Amino acid sequence: MDCVVTGGNVKVLAKAVQSLSRIGDELYVEPQEDGLALRSVNSSRSAYACFLFAPLFFSRYTTDSGHCFRCKMAIKSVQAVFRSLATLEKNVERCHVKLDEQKSRLTFTLHCKHGLLKTHNLSFQDSESLQAVFDKDASANIFKAQPRLLVDTVVHFPPSLEEVTLTVSEDRMWFKNHVEEDAEPSKSMLTELCLSSDEFDHFSVQSKNSITFCLKELRGLLLFAESIGLPISIHFDEPGCPVVLSVTDTVLEGNFVLATLSDDNNLHKNNSSQPPPPPPDDFMNDDMDSYLIAMDTSVVPGPSSRPEPSRLAAENHRTHDSDEEDGSEHMDGPPNKKFCSLFFGSVLPPPSQMSTQPITTQEVLASDSEDETQLE
Amino acid sequence: MPLSTQSQTNEEFYVLVATLDNARNLSNILKAIAFKDHAIFSATPNGLKVTVEDSKCLQANAFIQAEIFQEFTIKEDLVGFQVNLTVLLDCLNIFGGSTVPGVLTALRMCYVGYGYPLTLFLEEGGVVTVCKINTQEPEEPIDFDFCSSNVTNKVILQSESLKEAFSELDMTSEVLQITMSPTQPYFRLSTFGNSGSAHYDYPKDSDMMELFQCTKTQTNRYKMSLLKPSTKALALSCKVSVRTDTRGFLSLQYLVRNDDGQICFVEYYCCPDEEAEEE
Repeated sequence: MDCVVTGGNVKVLAKAVQSLSRIGDELYVEPQEDGLALRSVNSSRSAYACFLFAPLFFSRYTTDSGHCFRCKMAIKSVQAVFRSLATLEKNVERCHVKLDEQKSRLTFTLHCKHGLLKTHNLSFQDSESLQAVFDKDASANIFKAQPRLLVDTVVHFPPSLEEVTLTVSEDRMWFKNHVEEDAEPSKSMLTELCLSSDEFDHFSVQSKNSITFCLKELRGLLLFAESIGLPISIHFDEPGCPVVLSVTDTVLEGNFVLATLSDDNNLHKNNSSQPPPPPPDDFMNDDMDSYLIAMDTSVVPGPSSRPEPSRLAAENHRTHDSDEEDGSEHMDGPPNKKFCSLFFGSVLPPPSQMSTQPITTQEVLASDSEDETQLE
Repeated sequence: MPLSTQSQTNEEFYVLVATLDNARNLSNILKAIAFKDHAIFSATPNGLKVTVEDSKCLQANAFIQAEIFQEFTIKEDLVGFQVNLTVLLDCLNIFGGSTVPGVLTALRMCYVGYGYPLTLFLEEGGVVTVCKINTQEPEEPIDFDFCSSNVTNKVILQSESLKEAFSELDMTSEVLQITMSPTQPYFRLSTFGNSGSAHYDYPKDSDMMELFQCTKTQTNRYKMSLLKPSTKALALSCKVSVRTDTRGFLSLQYLVRNDDGQICFVEYYCCPDEEAEEE
C-alpha cells in the first residue's frame, strides 16, 4: 500500500487516529480496494470503531489488489507521528504512508514547511480480521444531529462518568447518567437532559425505549465530528443491541459501535415489580413551581412507605401526562431514586418535610399537553 | 541595616562586583544550563562564564559578557568559585519572578574572594533582600579540546524548526543520532524507540538553514538523557550552531537574546556514545 494525504486531510487522518485511541490501545490497519480502513476495539470487545477513507480522500492511493493485508500496531506510536495536532495544518504539506511488508514496517513521511522531512518507521504485527457485524440502516430508531448538540449535551456529565442512558419517545430524547442500583443514594447525583426532536436534523423513532452505553467511548467520536464539522447519526433498536454512531461524508465514513446494557440490567432493580415510570417531562413545563413539586414527590425511599407523596405524584402525573400509553406506572410515583436535577441544584428534602408544602392547593399551570411517557 | 553599611564600606574589598538592572538577564540564561545543582563560575574582565557538567560526558556553559552588566568590576584576571546553582536561582527569583511589565528586580552580585560567600543584593519596588551563598573550591571544568581546526561539519539553523523536532523526539529512544553529510540526508536527527525509528531531515537549502558546511559524512550517537537538558537552551535561543569534530564530539552553540535584546551565548559539549561508529 502506498498513499499520499495532502493539506487539510492530514489533520482529518490525525483526528481519526486520535478518536480511535479513545476506544482501544491498538490500531488495526487494513488497506482495501474501496479505501483504507482504520479500526480499533476495546479490551472487553464492547466498543468498536472503524474509519474508512475512500481512495478519493487521498491524492494518491494504490494497494496491492488481490492481496489481502492486515496489521495492527500500538496506537500511541501512530499518535506520535501526528504530535502537535494544533500546528499540523500549518506545518504539514503532505503525508505519505507506505507499507513495506518485507521489513514489517509502515512508514509515515511528513513533508513539512521549510523543507523539513519527518519520517517515522513503525513496526507492526500481523493481525486477525476485525470487523463488527451491524446493519445500521435497518435500525428502528435513527437520528442525526450536528455535533455541537451532542457535545453541548455531554459536557454536563462529569468526564469520569462511565455510562449514560439514552431514552427516546416520538419527539424527545433524554440523556441521563446511569447510576448503579447499589449506589448509595446520598452520594449519587442524577443529571438529565431532554432534547426536542426539532434540535435534530433527523429524528425517527419506531421503538420507544432506553439504552445504556459507555459515554467515554462516545466522546472520541464527538471530538472527531466536531473538529471536522460532520453531523453524527445515531442508530439503535433496543437495549442489548449495539448502538451505532456514525459520521459520513463523500470521502470518509466513521462508525462507532457500542454495546448497550441488555434489558434486565437496564431496569432499576428496586423492589418494585413494575418498571419505574419515566422521569416526568417537566423540563418542558414553564411553571417552575409545579416542577419543583413534582421533584419533591419523587424523593421516595421505597415503594412501601408513602401514601401522600404517591397520590400527589399520581395527580401531577395525570395532569401532565395526558397521553399515557401504558398502565405500567404511577402508583409507585416517579423513579425510586433521589432526583437531583442539574438545573435546580439541590438535593431535595426527605419526605417528612413535605407535609409543610402547600401542594394540594397548587395549580398546575402551562402543562405541556403534548407530553409523552417513555417506555422503559 | 548593618548589611547595607557593610556593602558600602567593603566596596574596595570585593574582587568581583557585577550589577544588573534586570536580574532576569542572568537568571533566564542560567536556567538554560541548570540541570545539575552545582555550577562553576569563572569571571574574567571579559565577563562571566558559568559551567555545569554531567558525568564527565556533558558540559554546558553560559556566557554573559561584561557589556551586559550595568557595572562589572573585577580586580583579578580570573576569579573562580563554585556555588549551588539551584540556590542561586532561587535567590535571583526571591521576589517571585513575576512578569508584571515594568517591575524589575535589580541585582548586585559581590564576591570578596576565596573562602567568602557570594553575596547577592536584590531589590524590587524598594524592598532589598540580601543573600549570602556559600562558595566551594571550583573544580576544574573538563576541557573537551574542541577546537575549530578539528571541526568536520558545521550547520547553523534557526531555532524555530529545531525546537519543533526536539519537542517531538521519541523519548523512549536511548540515543539521539546525528548525521551530517555533504550529500543526502544533509542533516538528520534520528531516534530508535519502542515503536520504531524516526528521522528528522533538514535539507541544506532549507530556509531554516543559515549555514551549511559539511565536509565529510558523519553519523554519531549521543545519549538522549545527556542532551535532553539542552532543549531549555534551545527554547530560549533564536539560532543554533551544530558542530562535530573528527572524534565525533558534539558542540551545540545557542544564540540567546535577553530581555533587552542583548546577545548571550550558551554552549553544550557532548561526548559520543561509546558504541557509536564513525563512517
